[in-house]
Amino acid sequence: MSEGIGARVARKEDKRFITGKGKYTDDIRMENQAYAAFVRSPHAHAKVKGIDASAAEAMDGVVAVLNGHELTGDGIGNIICGWAVSSKDGSPMNMGAWSALATEKVRYVGDAVAVVIADSQALARLAAEAVEVDYEELPAVAFADKALASGAPEIHHNAPGNLIYDWEIGEEAATDTAIAGAAHVTELEVTNNRLSPNPMEPRSAVATYDAAEEHYTLYTTSQNPHVARLVLSAFYNVAPEHKLRVIAPDVGGGFGSKIYIYPEEITCLWASMKTGRSVKWTSDRSEAFMTDAHGRDHITTAKMGFDADGKIVGFKVDTIANFGAYMSLFSSAVPTYLYATLLSGQYNISNVHCNVRAVYTNTVPVDAYRGAGRPEACYLIERVLETAARELGVDPGDLRRKNFIQSFPHETPVIMTYDAGDFDGNLDKALAAADMAGFPARKAEAASRGKLRGIGYSCYIEACGIAPSAAVGSLGAGVGLWESAEVRVNPVGTIEILTGSHSHGQGHETTFAQVVAERFGLSIDNVSIVHGDTDKVQFGMGTYGSRSGAVGLSAIVKAMDKVEAKVKKIAAHTLEASEDDIVIEGGEVKVAGTDKAMGWHEVGLAAYTGHNLPDGMEPGLKEGAFYDPVNFTFPSGTYIAEVEVDPDTGVTEVVQFTAADDFGTIINPMIVEGQVHGGVAQGIGQAMLEQVVYDEDGQLITGSYMDYTMPRATDVPFYTIEHNTTVCPNNPLGIKGCGEAGAIGAPPAVINAITDAIGTNDLQMPATPQAVWSALQTVKTPMAAE
Amino acid sequence: MYETKYHKAGSVADAVAALAGADEGKVLSGGQTLLPTMKQHLAAPTDLVDVRGIDGMQGVTVGDGSITIGAATLHADVADNAEVRQHIPGLAALAGGIGDPAVRAMGTIGGSIANNDPAADYPSAVLGLGATVITDKREIAADDFFDGMFATTLDEGEIITAVRFPVPQRSGYAKFPNPASRYAMVGVFVAETGGSVRVAVTGAGADGVYRDDGLEAALGSDFSEGAVDGVAVAADGMLSDIHASAEYRAHLVSVMAKRAVANAG
Repeated sequence: MSEGIGARVARKEDKRFITGKGKYTDDIRMENQAYAAFVRSPHAHAKVKGIDASAAEAMDGVVAVLNGHELTGDGIGNIICGWAVSSKDGSPMNMGAWSALATEKVRYVGDAVAVVIADSQALARLAAEAVEVDYEELPAVAFADKALASGAPEIHHNAPGNLIYDWEIGEEAATDTAIAGAAHVTELEVTNNRLSPNPMEPRSAVATYDAAEEHYTLYTTSQNPHVARLVLSAFYNVAPEHKLRVIAPDVGGGFGSKIYIYPEEITCLWASMKTGRSVKWTSDRSEAFMTDAHGRDHITTAKMGFDADGKIVGFKVDTIANFGAYMSLFSSAVPTYLYATLLSGQYNISNVHCNVRAVYTNTVPVDAYRGAGRPEACYLIERVLETAARELGVDPGDLRRKNFIQSFPHETPVIMTYDAGDFDGNLDKALAAADMAGFPARKAEAASRGKLRGIGYSCYIEACGIAPSAAVGSLGAGVGLWESAEVRVNPVGTIEILTGSHSHGQGHETTFAQVVAERFGLSIDNVSIVHGDTDKVQFGMGTYGSRSGAVGLSAIVKAMDKVEAKVKKIAAHTLEASEDDIVIEGGEVKVAGTDKAMGWHEVGLAAYTGHNLPDGMEPGLKEGAFYDPVNFTFPSGTYIAEVEVDPDTGVTEVVQFTAADDFGTIINPMIVEGQVHGGVAQGIGQAMLEQVVYDEDGQLITGSYMDYTMPRATDVPFYTIEHNTTVCPNNPLGIKGCGEAGAIGAPPAVINAITDAIGTNDLQMPATPQAVWSALQTVKTPMAAE
Repeated sequence: MYETKYHKAGSVADAVAALAGADEGKVLSGGQTLLPTMKQHLAAPTDLVDVRGIDGMQGVTVGDGSITIGAATLHADVADNAEVRQHIPGLAALAGGIGDPAVRAMGTIGGSIANNDPAADYPSAVLGLGATVITDKREIAADDFFDGMFATTLDEGEIITAVRFPVPQRSGYAKFPNPASRYAMVGVFVAETGGSVRVAVTGAGADGVYRDDGLEAALGSDFSEGAVDGVAVAADGMLSDIHASAEYRAHLVSVMAKRAVANAG
């Protein structure tokens, strides 16, 4: 049907978004609302010797100035990392204390030491400037490799040498032996550049304490309001869960950065209790650069060994991951279970070993950002593969094909079991769509215009739909990663779906409705999706890691199975037929092969009137389900980028970009393609434009869009998007997930294309004009442009 | 934002008086730099004297061999002006490439050159064309006006009222935008006026806009892209930042000089 699975349905939520009627956290206005402004450290590392708030407190309209000693004195707990990763020697990770307001020390520029609550935002900010903090500056370190060097400043006393953990996966000795015996070894050093997430809507919180009820309400920009409530309650001691309501209304993008619970939300809740006022805080863009969790920031060396036939015999990886000044909520999992477990890529490799050292620095905490570990893995593998093909003088597509995994399930040496895929098919589709055969002619034509044209591939695989709860629990996760749903059929037959997933741009109000409407033969107008409010929706785990389709929708399907069973019982009873003969189609519940039928709405009414139900059946038509996946899902694909470099300036243009993705079942191709567009734009951003830069002393250089280069419309081409679908065998709809693929697959394709164009593999991201021009100067005989 | 008193000046005399009466007054002429700076509390003038509404500071006047642009004329109006496009196409092209449409609809030539941002476009045209800066008190030759980064030889309280450009035989501008801010990372303005060639460079020099003697000599004897090849542009004295090293900027000066010559009309 035209609105069901596979239909390009226009997004139901867009009416309110494009007419300016969305309701975001900053749109919330509470009675008696005051505003918070944070007093932030200008130093990357310093002792806090004293805070003089007297001038600020004396200002008319200032409600309170609160500090970290008062916060901890009230029993507010430290911010924690919720995933325990141990070092290879068995010792637990070294998690340093992180108070929402710093007490003894500040550890990055932007670390909050106090908060001003005032009658207006302008006044709060003015008063925050009047708070005098006496700092004793300490030496700082911003780069992960330097933080590990002997004599580096110690950031947390319980993390000697700034080492959080020294972790490994895979068999080191076997991998070393395999590489030692290899016919060819390709070695590469790559950095994965540090990124700022930059959601369009900055973070915001409005906290209200009701003293009579001893109850808190928090509106906040969250991708997972129940997780926020759990953590605020269980670890930060704000209030018991039943005394805390968390609402994440419309949220304007997250990319991972809104998974975590930050100091500001905690502080607003506590301050609302302290002051008796609703407390609102909305980040400005400068604060977002200074405080939103950053992404990536790896330094890696890798060796890949090949036998004489070009088969990969071993892959050895050593990575240093910069965690910033504190361990954010999921930080520990990103460079381990979300990164190293994907280092087999699409390839049948017997021996993989990866060592990861996680390191404190005097920078903003680093955590998951669109792709989270998988972009780092994909970038590494695909750059090494492309480099190897050039060294071996073989076609990069052929080298990949020779090593593709051909049968499923496939167990990798880094604990993943791939369930389905068609890697040759992805590559075939991409090569055809990109017109590989025409590339030499396009290159020659570009040369006639003085441009260097290059082409590059990446064959990515990622793990989505995180994940079986028992599996992640055994790996240290502090939570289960199932999802919940409730399907409420109203007496008139309309349906409300309460989902634990959260939509912050994904379009769930449309895609989830499409699945429900198809199942029961209704129009999507009869289905509404409720999410984002802990008072309305049962506990759910939220949206990240491309999990809403694979996990969230699976929970909805499970609940719909229960609804369908009850509907059939009611219809069979009413129509005096066997349950087995009842079918649901076209808005009717029918006895197959007869003209006996009830309207869908009549079944709903029957359930709620209860006048004539089967013996012993409870009235009502509402079912819930929890779905715990049995495995990750494994989207894969081939991306091909074609670039033109101006050798005079290093300016590089992505002139053609082809994506052939295998996302499993697709609910709404328009929305899926939009996810690819956005992901690829962010991937091109990482490859060519974006980088958070700190100086040696930990000062943030890229503190605004004057210095942080976001992709603009003119930086990206029109994309060619192909689908090569193999369904996921492990969830009821066969969905794999699509939200992160673009950001994972695009960077290596773009860099492989640029290095192809300029004739050197010695290039790191972002490939800015300066970086490309500088690389070109090192090429002894640059490919002639003319 | 801190408290600031706003004055809407009706005449140059009004503006001068308002500035004189202010504790720490600032001329507001579009505010494309000043207002963001104030929002970040990096500047806190006690008084803002808005000169955009002053009649005598508006528009384009064609004289004998010159074009005079009122200091409060918007970038967009310079870019679209038929006389400027016909007589000084390099200047029209430069104005049409400043910032984005919103900036061009608010920013003014007087505001831009008084601020003398080392990455602004207009200073290169004023210097490259050998223009004359007209103030409420005097006329200042371009060569005597710019005085290093964010500095000019304007006196305290002195207001630019217009800029007079000689009409050149040909002029052209090429800029390499900063990838993030889109300010000029290197901008080169070339002009042949009265038989002599001037080459002004913005965005690159550590002391702000400057004239490149080597390029002027080479283009003075042969106004061609090829002539630029023989000129070594030194990295000494160039800005260096995360977007461009001094060496890269020096290289881009040559490339942009060639493109400016190619653009010249």
